[in-house]
Amino acid sequence: MAQQNWTTIVKSGNSAFDMDIKGLAKCKDLILLLVRRTFVAKYKQTVLGPAWAVIQPFFTTVVYSVFFGNIAGLGATGVPNFIFYLSGTIVWTLFAHCLTETSHTFTGNAGILGKVYFPRLVMPISTAISQYIAFFIQFAFMLCFMAYYLITDAGLAPNLLILMTPVILIQLAVLGMGFGMIISSLTTKYRDLAMVVGFGVSLWSYCSPVAYDMFSRSQLAPGSAIYYIYMLNPVTPAINLFRNAYLGCGEVDWLFYGISWVTTIAVAFIGALMFSKSEKTFMDTV
Amino acid sequence: MKELAIRVENVSKEYRLGAIGGATLKGEIQSKLARLRKKEDPNLKIGEKVHGKNERFLALDDLSFDVEKGETIGILGHNGAGKSTILKLICRVTAPTKGNIYMNGRITSMLEVGTGFHPELTGRENVYLNGAILGMTKAEIDKKFDEIVEFSEVGQFIDTPVKRYSSGMKVKLAFSVASHLDSEIMIMDEVLAVGDVNFQNKCIARMKQVAEKEGRTILYVSHNMATVKSLCSRCIVLSAGKKIFEGSTEEAIAIYMKNDEFDNATFFDTSEAKRHPKCNKRHLLQNLQLLETETNKIEYGKKVPFRICWNSENDSERLRMKMVVNGIDATPVGVVFGGDLAHKKGMNSADYLLDTSYFVPGKYTVDMILYDEDDAGNVMFYDRTTVLRFTLEHSDESVKLKHWFKDWGNAVLPCVTKITEDK
Repeated sequence: MAQQNWTTIVKSGNSAFDMDIKGLAKCKDLILLLVRRTFVAKYKQTVLGPAWAVIQPFFTTVVYSVFFGNIAGLGATGVPNFIFYLSGTIVWTLFAHCLTETSHTFTGNAGILGKVYFPRLVMPISTAISQYIAFFIQFAFMLCFMAYYLITDAGLAPNLLILMTPVILIQLAVLGMGFGMIISSLTTKYRDLAMVVGFGVSLWSYCSPVAYDMFSRSQLAPGSAIYYIYMLNPVTPAINLFRNAYLGCGEVDWLFYGISWVTTIAVAFIGALMFSKSEKTFMDTV
Repeated sequence: MKELAIRVENVSKEYRLGAIGGATLKGEIQSKLARLRKKEDPNLKIGEKVHGKNERFLALDDLSFDVEKGETIGILGHNGAGKSTILKLICRVTAPTKGNIYMNGRITSMLEVGTGFHPELTGRENVYLNGAILGMTKAEIDKKFDEIVEFSEVGQFIDTPVKRYSSGMKVKLAFSVASHLDSEIMIMDEVLAVGDVNFQNKCIARMKQVAEKEGRTILYVSHNMATVKSLCSRCIVLSAGKKIFEGSTEEAIAIYMKNDEFDNATFFDTSEAKRHPKCNKRHLLQNLQLLETETNKIEYGKKVPFRICWNSENDSERLRMKMVVNGIDATPVGVVFGGDLAHKKGMNSADYLLDTSYFVPGKYTVDMILYDEDDAGNVMFYDRTTVLRFTLEHSDESVKLKHWFKDWGNAVLPCVTKITEDK
């Protein structure tokens, strides 16, 4: 028989290392359209539209400022509570949304994924990109407040660490996607984890310096016993770095920031492996 | 040897029966631990065997076939035969347990309509999204966009959110997108089950065009034998995950419809045959015999006498007979009213004449119904069963036609006669 050229070969078994990276590159348009879908669909039939991206962190920040900042006295030292909480909230939201949205990849898109093939990594990637869009709207909003506080000379000290912004943002999204992919792979079999995600993420936010200033607490300050455990939370050093860069408050512990990157890469690696292992047969169990 | 588009090689797909895993993480860990310690699984139900072979189910069992480039191939089989499984494997939605599948070219699957339509997005946005999901780039969709919209007949609504579309409109749009893709292999599963008749015909025409003119390969799965017949050049019949037939569409349909017993019988014993569940069996058909013929292959136009025998429990009830003639795809061709049957208690028989000039040459089955209806129109079913299979053949002498066309239907109607005026 004549020599036959095959463009695609489907083999049995599911090796985790068998990732379709080549196919992924061809899916640029699909990723962009999925991002557009997520974004357009989210704000369709709303009067305020993308303004909602700003309204949510704004009110969260107001509540944090009033309850945690003023009433409980957990607020920041040296910078206004409002900008302190706003910066923490938007960075945390980027991470948390990447995680929760990615964790629904398999279960939430079973409809599409069960009918057509495209590299499954397209889904988490497009999720992350749509979270970035929301983040940049919020970020612009934060910059407006920063400008206001800088004019009124409220003690903000932005510095050159601002150049680290892309590194922080990539880290948070990758970390969120990593955890999300692990959960997503496991939820194809065990729905328990879907239950955990919602409140797990909100508990996690309390273990991270989102709603309080860790450096104004003696229990959490550098050198305290709990500090070393607390800083192992990979999100904490990233939030600290972000705040230090834009507001000039707190300290940056480069050792722990390095550890947080190591954690990030490990989680992303495990996530990608688990994801590619389960993507081939998840339709049988989901 | 023609170029191949798909080669399926010894493919098996195994599913686990029942709930997969312990359904919860805790249950799974308990079971795993128990297995490690060789103890009884605490999560097994009483009486359940410890991970016996019967927990597994082979949806596909060592299946192999080749599909040539440009071929339209039908996959037939009853529910659970593995049709959808093989299509899922080919479009890589899930991976085979054993075996390999080789493919040459891009694949578009239309396993179900509206794949990836987002209700909030407009038709236009969905065309782009759906096209991208199916593997097109934006530039390709731009080029085909007008063609897609025109074919879909929903041009007027293209900027309306899809959630306001009727189901038919969604199907039309989805089909248009999928059928305008530049993929080399198309996979379709029951896509034509919805949509109005006009659109269905349009789809079939489009698919023929796609297959014949553009040289694309189509894998088609449907329970609608009429579309299979008009589309597919070859069929594969699956049963319980195995290939039981590969060959011409006609034969495949016959096998699928379990009409493979088109033997030469002239005597059909129905005493043990399966009955329609609504029958009360007070009068039971025993057999049917074709007379004056040696086979059930009958020449078109011939009048064939036949005799039916039935057993009656009483002679007091009025008994009527009618027959439903079915085509090979089990679509009824028409009904024949046989009138009242005179009968006494015990065995009875009656002779009839079957005029075959009302049927288009082909294969038929006949269901016979014994019934009665009262003045109020209430029907009493005594018996209903398939009593006869026959093949109608035609030769050029009996009809002045060389070909019968599939789209003529199955009946020859005697309802039009020319009015001649004497002048």
